[in-house]
Amino acid sequence: MIRADKLTFDYERLDEEGKVESVKRAVDHVSLDIKAGEFIAILGHNGSGKSTLAKHMNAILVPTEGTLWVDGMDTKEEDKLWDIRQDTGMVFQNPDNQIIGTVVEEDVGFGPENLGVPTDEIWKRVEESLSAVGMLKYRHHSPNKLSGGQKQRVAIAGVMAMHPRCIVLDEPTAMLDPNGRRSVIRTAQKLNREERITVILITHYMEEVIEADCIFVMDAGKVVMQGTPREIFSRVEELKRLRLDVPQATLLAYELQKKGIPLPDGILSNEELVDELCRLKLKM
Amino acid sequence: MIRDITLGQYYPAKSLIHQLDPRVKLVTTMIYVVSLFVAKGALGYVVATIFLVMVIRMSKVPFGYMTKGLKAIIMLLMITVIFNLFLIDGDIVLWRFGFLRITDKGLKTAVFMAIRLIYLIIGSSVMTLTTTPNDLTDGLEKLLGPLKKIHVPVHEISMMMSIALRFIPILLEETDKIMKAQIARGADFESGNLIRKAKAMVPLLVPLFISAFRRANDLAMAMEARCYRGGDGRTKMKPLHYESRDKMAYGVVWGYLLLMILFGRVIYNYISFI
Repeated sequence: MIRADKLTFDYERLDEEGKVESVKRAVDHVSLDIKAGEFIAILGHNGSGKSTLAKHMNAILVPTEGTLWVDGMDTKEEDKLWDIRQDTGMVFQNPDNQIIGTVVEEDVGFGPENLGVPTDEIWKRVEESLSAVGMLKYRHHSPNKLSGGQKQRVAIAGVMAMHPRCIVLDEPTAMLDPNGRRSVIRTAQKLNREERITVILITHYMEEVIEADCIFVMDAGKVVMQGTPREIFSRVEELKRLRLDVPQATLLAYELQKKGIPLPDGILSNEELVDELCRLKLKM
Repeated sequence: MIRDITLGQYYPAKSLIHQLDPRVKLVTTMIYVVSLFVAKGALGYVVATIFLVMVIRMSKVPFGYMTKGLKAIIMLLMITVIFNLFLIDGDIVLWRFGFLRITDKGLKTAVFMAIRLIYLIIGSSVMTLTTTPNDLTDGLEKLLGPLKKIHVPVHEISMMMSIALRFIPILLEETDKIMKAQIARGADFESGNLIRKAKAMVPLLVPLFISAFRRANDLAMAMEARCYRGGDGRTKMKPLHYESRDKMAYGVVWGYLLLMILFGRVIYNYISFI
């Protein structure tokens, strides 16, 4: 679905005469391969290049070096630009700054309108995608009156209405409260499971990624770790060095392990930890 | 204080006027404004009053909402009335005090001018109260469509208008936030003369502008990510269609204009005292 080969991107800082003053490498020789239908998480600290990488998948940015293919289309080819953008939808961080319509359903219709979809089909798509994110009953509301989580779900519906095969969520929960965060992540997981849409979730909240199929951890523009959540979270020391938190249950299990309690590596959820601890107690 | 500003004063109700195509309402308002300036005698204003009252009745919007807009022009209204009243020369002097005098012609012009202005505001209020801002921009885009031929960016203008409408409440909220933040740091927006007050706005406006530009940047990116590429090749989710009621409304409006010309001009020329 999405394949990157030695993808590199430099931000150039121009001085007043338009000459390059300094160059900052945001993404540094990243290679990855994402298959259709997967739920991918990209983790990283602020400034690790994860958002820059995300913007490449929608051809908002084009690599300085290396190549990125979306569905076999090179993002450097300008005549494929709109196909790529239709193929991979993008949801951004700030819910207020990505809603264009003054009514929920009009905003969801914005994407299909741009694609030149016939009117009846637009209405069908709007209804479908609003019900897919559970926002159908808010269709006549003004987006200004919705909560942050609801706005993000409308934004997801807006992308879904374009019938993409892949959705890139660029820190969709960074500005939300815990409830909103949960509802947005649930929605993304549901779309991945039920509609078979490839989801690429960019975040720095660990709790959101434990159900991902594969995690990429980025630091200073490079992919430094890659694997399933269980593999990644069993490397607690390494994550700490990258200034990333691990889920609380994992951390507790890790500390207990250090104190000599024989727990397995990579415990992800509270339930799992409770189960393992009970099993230990039975043995004793 | 900032929350009092209401924009797009739409009054939701189910009425024939609400259901009309926004283009019909825009054209009607224009014709109505023209008709007010066509009328010369009292008879013309009677026709205009009947038409206005009928439309207000049909719109099911309480009359109190219509007159809200009048508050804004009360000063203008007073000035117009006073100037017309005292400065127009007539045949019969009704009242005299020093250099001030009121003549019959002055009185007549002042009264008609006041009625004209009041009807103008109420008439356009009917339009804004019964049409959502979105419909208005849509209607405007369609009406101005022919201007595309002479390279007027009609679609872009209407897009900008609807985005502005969407962001006004957000920016208002932001202004409120920044204001409170600056007050918490000891800024003073209330006291001092006009110049000091204007200077005090600088720490409010600078962060507001910066954040507005940042938002604009984000929004542009979000629009591009959703394949926005200008008006060409775009379809409409809610295309405008004329229904039979819209055609009837056009008929009524043109009929009204004819009546206005007949009563306000033709008959006036024969019996000029009304």
